[in-house]
Amino acid sequence: MNFFQIIEDKGWYFFTTLLSGWPATLTVAIGSLAFALVFGLIVALMRMSRWKLLRWPATAYVEFFRGTPALVQLFVIYFGFPDVGYQPSPFQAAILGLGLNGAAYLSEIYRAGIESIHRGQMEAALTLGMTPRRAMQYIVLPQALRTMLPPMTNFAIVLLKDTSIVFTVGVLEVMALARQLVTETLMSAPIYLMAGAMYLCVTIPMARVAARLERQRQAWH
Amino acid sequence: MSTVGSEANGRQPLLKIENLHKRFGELEVLRGVDLEVRRGEKVSIIGPSGSGKTTLLRCINYLEKPSGGHIYIDGTLIGEKKSGENYVHLSDRELARERQEIGFVFQRFNLFPHLTALGNVTIAPQRVLGLSREVAEKRGREMLQKVGLSHKVDEYPERLSGGQQQRVAIARVLAMQPKLMLFDEATSALDPELIGEVLRVMRQLADEGSTMVIVTHEIQFASEVSDRVIFMDQGRIVEQGPPKEVLFKPREPRTREFLKHIQAR
Repeated sequence: MNFFQIIEDKGWYFFTTLLSGWPATLTVAIGSLAFALVFGLIVALMRMSRWKLLRWPATAYVEFFRGTPALVQLFVIYFGFPDVGYQPSPFQAAILGLGLNGAAYLSEIYRAGIESIHRGQMEAALTLGMTPRRAMQYIVLPQALRTMLPPMTNFAIVLLKDTSIVFTVGVLEVMALARQLVTETLMSAPIYLMAGAMYLCVTIPMARVAARLERQRQAWH
Repeated sequence: MSTVGSEANGRQPLLKIENLHKRFGELEVLRGVDLEVRRGEKVSIIGPSGSGKTTLLRCINYLEKPSGGHIYIDGTLIGEKKSGENYVHLSDRELARERQEIGFVFQRFNLFPHLTALGNVTIAPQRVLGLSREVAEKRGREMLQKVGLSHKVDEYPERLSGGQQQRVAIARVLAMQPKLMLFDEATSALDPELIGEVLRVMRQLADEGSTMVIVTHEIQFASEVSDRVIFMDQGRIVEQGPPKEVLFKPREPRTREFLKHIQAR
């Protein structure tokens, strides 16, 4: 059987099977992104704090999670946590693992964004009687968000692709189903290519959004 | 220490600075500044760059933490409080409350680019004073009108000229109804043709009786508006007095030297 015949005979079956993995892929991607967005901001603010007691653990956190493979982190959570009495479900482990990993990267994006805002903005807010926290909330972060959106979108693309490692802890997402199909039919190339094409269908539009945001970044309105 | 010297009317000064020192590492920028400003008084500070005048201004509202000395506004310590014999720094919240009373106009305006002119003027009254949107906007429009910008209420800063931006910045300060206004070279970043419109607004505030401390290079303006001119050099007040004397009959050679340079420009 040649390649095209396989696609003709089995293509629809491959397609629908792989498609059924997308809810799991998107759940993990969106779940870990949400986690990373919130936790990453906390880590970033801690790293910029006046107090060493906050700065130090945050820095250690970022170094650790950026310096070790996401797969290792995932395994520690899924296979290691039961040793200390907590067995996460595959989804919990996947979202926690990619979320913690992503927060380390996002915190750096937040930090760069916040530091890109001129000091005078914070100072002006302070002279008007805002506390540093309010100044951050109403003046600095809204401006920094604009700078941060393009790299954040790129980060979301990376995160989406990284969900392909969570099959290792038993999440039945696109990659897990692709592997099952290959075991079942022994036709690696068409199946993995189709899986790759599906990722592209999501990542290309996202990349275009990122590019547009990048272009719009300079002008305020 | 808290007894106030020989004020003509015997009232306590609005601003009182005692033996203020500021070091940045090895560099000693302020070397013991004492200053009192009465309510309604207009004080201009002149001096060469690096003389410490901007640092002095920034210390008054604790944008810079003094290395030594104390600042009082209306008799209240700024940035610190007394705990027994010691002085301790205020919390963020306490410091913010004190800063509400002190308006600061920056050389580079520092308008918030993500907000309209009105947004710039209303954000602090809403978020700091807790005014309702309606009340804050009413006050904001009045202040923008006062600086001659009622037609630019909905413009974003990037669409405004430098002079207009600085006037919005002044309106933003006015909306907080401060007791004291500090101007840090408010016209130095402006093109020459835009300086007049900002000085006009400042003159109007002076005429209305605001208490102002003005760091400036505009000698003409200083001579017309100020009750007192202070010449600073190397972190100290070298000479002070009525503008007629300090600007036109200076006693100190350093003041003479500086004024000669300025006029030669």
